[in-house]
Amino acid sequence: MDSALLPPTTIASADPMVPRPFRIVRRLREVDGCFTLVLESQDGRPYVFRPGQFNMLYVFGVGEVAISVSGDCRDPGGLVHTVREVGTVTRAMAALRPGDSIGVRGPFGHPWPIEEAYGQDVLFVTGTIGLAPLRPLILEVLNRREHFGKVVLCYGSRGTHDILYEGQLHQWRGRFDMQVHVTVHSAPAGYRGRVGSVANLVKIARFDPEQTTAYVCRSETMTRPAVQALYERGVTADRIYVTLERNMKCGVGFCGHCQMGGSFMCKDGPVYRYDTIEHVFSVREL
Amino acid sequence: MERTAPTTGRSALPEAAILDREGLDALIAALRGDGYAVIGPRLRDGAIVLDPVESADDLSWGLIDEQDGGRYRLVPGDAQTAFSHTVGPQSWKRHLYPPRQTLWTGRRDGRGFTVETPADPVPHHAFLGVRACDLAAMAVQDRVFGVAPHEGRSAGQERFTDSGYAARRAAAFIVAVNCGRAGGTCFCDSMGAGPKAAGGYDLALTELPGCGTPAFLAEAGSATGAALLARLPGHAAGPQDRAAADASVEQARAHMGRAMVPDAGPLLARNLEHPRWAEVAARCLSCANCTMVCPTCFCTTVEDTTDLSGDHVERWRRWDSCFTVDFSYIHGGAIRQSGLSRYRQWMTHKLSSWWEQFGTSGCTGCGRCITWCPVGIDITEEARAIHDSEGRG
Ligand SMILES: Cc1cc2nc3c(=O)[nH]c(=O)nc-3n(C[C@H](O)[C@H](O)[C@H](O)COP(=O)(O)OP(=O)(O)OC[C@H]3O[C@@H](n4cnc5c(N)ncnc54)[C@H](O)[C@@H]3O)c2cc1C
Ligand code: SF4
Ligand code: SF4
Ligand code: FES
Repeated sequence: MDSALLPPTTIASADPMVPRPFRIVRRLREVDGCFTLVLESQDGRPYVFRPGQFNMLYVFGVGEVAISVSGDCRDPGGLVHTVREVGTVTRAMAALRPGDSIGVRGPFGHPWPIEEAYGQDVLFVTGTIGLAPLRPLILEVLNRREHFGKVVLCYGSRGTHDILYEGQLHQWRGRFDMQVHVTVHSAPAGYRGRVGSVANLVKIARFDPEQTTAYVCRSETMTRPAVQALYERGVTADRIYVTLERNMKCGVGFCGHCQMGGSFMCKDGPVYRYDTIEHVFSVREL
Repeated sequence: MERTAPTTGRSALPEAAILDREGLDALIAALRGDGYAVIGPRLRDGAIVLDPVESADDLSWGLIDEQDGGRYRLVPGDAQTAFSHTVGPQSWKRHLYPPRQTLWTGRRDGRGFTVETPADPVPHHAFLGVRACDLAAMAVQDRVFGVAPHEGRSAGQERFTDSGYAARRAAAFIVAVNCGRAGGTCFCDSMGAGPKAAGGYDLALTELPGCGTPAFLAEAGSATGAALLARLPGHAAGPQDRAAADASVEQARAHMGRAMVPDAGPLLARNLEHPRWAEVAARCLSCANCTMVCPTCFCTTVEDTTDLSGDHVERWRRWDSCFTVDFSYIHGGAIRQSGLSRYRQWMTHKLSSWWEQFGTSGCTGCGRCITWCPVGIDITEEARAIHDSEGRG
């Protein structure tokens, strides 16, 4: 700080607010209104993430939104995101094609804990596009299959046409070491699958409630009934993990938008152990 | 940033001296000579704001601010004092974390794009007249922007640092001023943040009033501060000068305009559904003034601008406020629709959830939010109302 010592500093560029350009190498159509992008780093630096983490994806000239990583954390081949078109940025993203670039900042957020469930049965409860943020965790649990007891997936969608990753669900269903239960909310006459709520799947799934870790990835309103169904089976709040969503402008704890009481969802979440945030569900507009 | 306490005894550098008006002028000149842009409290548009100062003449001599809920007025005071006013509408955060900043610029390049960060040189600011509450606020923002460690919820996790804030903060020279007079909306004493600066400065001044001519006890808080002090015309400070300075600060402490109830954090945390929230929300205009003037509020949003060709983009960051409805927007609607929930977010954040996040209060008791609230909502009074209702319950 002394006269002669004043350094000719400029503001550092390795800033977490600055995106890295990634190239879209593949674009997959998913169920109606959803698409998957497979991205490849353009700067040669590798991209490493843990299941449950998210990126801030930037569409040139349009804006930036939080999107979970949906691929396999052991597959260095590409960064996978599944997105639902809902508004300005996600619609612009839907128009991008292989060869186009997208900005990536991340990974951010607290991942799903995995080691905590070693030795236990594992239950995934999700619906519609909620399967996308959960997929890296399911893949990783299967990668480390020997550490777990039963592995159960309960998935629900609105109709028979919006079952996300249907091919992958079939493949998982074919495994002898995994139970996959799928239900739809409503189905045309003659549909041979299960019709009803995800909570009903939790009721029939086979797992040991005393020895189970449950991962719930649903919208905020759908999380409660799912947790209720788990309680009824005897799974306690300290073994249930859920995710939440808030507006995010930075992903690193600076912008304040994602606050929920004493936590920043971008760094303390989006994954939470249910007993640590249960109160949020009882206070309106927190 | 390192602010070491000067070693007593053997140090050749003076750790304290008495400066007169000429000495104060020499301090400003020395800082300017060392390449600092000196920012200090000066009069503009009927308020004392934090603007560049070139000499001691630019300071707000003989001005006292009368402050109350929704009210600010400058009146003449002792013409021999430069700092008998307290804090004005601005805080130092505007120099450490500017209201609008370019984060980066982008250029379309075929089907891709490139990103560049502005190579802005870091301004070297000398902040002259930083009050204890505002030093405490800097320490709070140091935690928020990853410059200082904290014991909050995310302690121990990977820490992100805002490089712009970190660079500006490290480059700043800080001249604190211990308050000899408290303002009508001040309550730093009850927040443990003032009126005397506890550290985190290079030099601290305490005005010694009643000497007939301007006199300041100048104390070094860092080696850099001590080195600068050694270059200034002044005379050594004696025990009686320190006693006079202490008495002056005690005078401010004894005349705090307001006080916060004890344990406001847990109090609010257990009263999230209190009827008082609806009552204050009925008065609150959601104008966001309180968050703009608050020295610790850090929230921002981003803006993307594109030129006509669509090939050049800029990403800007600007101050934002939790009082806007958009702040909590997610697809399907804002989380905090009601004024009640937004006022509750602000006040519980300042006094309660900040502890969980950063292991400290988010309020330093500077009183700005009370003074600059158009309808005079008073954070101490709101906390007290909830506190008193518990007593009755
Ligand atoms: C941690 C996290 C992970 C997410 N993962 C996925 C994912 O894997 N796939 C997916 O399709 N969606 C995901 N979302 C939701 C996604 O961020 C929103 O759908 C998206 O921001 C909508 O932006 P928009 O501009 O298209 O919509 P608009 O309605 O036009 O939104 C305008 C702005 O509001 C904010 N916003 C709106 N909705 C949300 C929201 N739900 N969450 C946060 N900010 C919002 C954004 O800043 C957005 O730019 C995730 C959200 C979070 C917080
Ligand atoms: S909440 Fe009010 S009194 Fe507290 S630091 Fe902010 S502006 Fe000052
Ligand atoms: S009070 Fe509001 S604007 Fe201020 S830091 Fe908290 S959330 Fe941000
Ligand atoms: S997204 Fe900015 S603080 Fe969490």
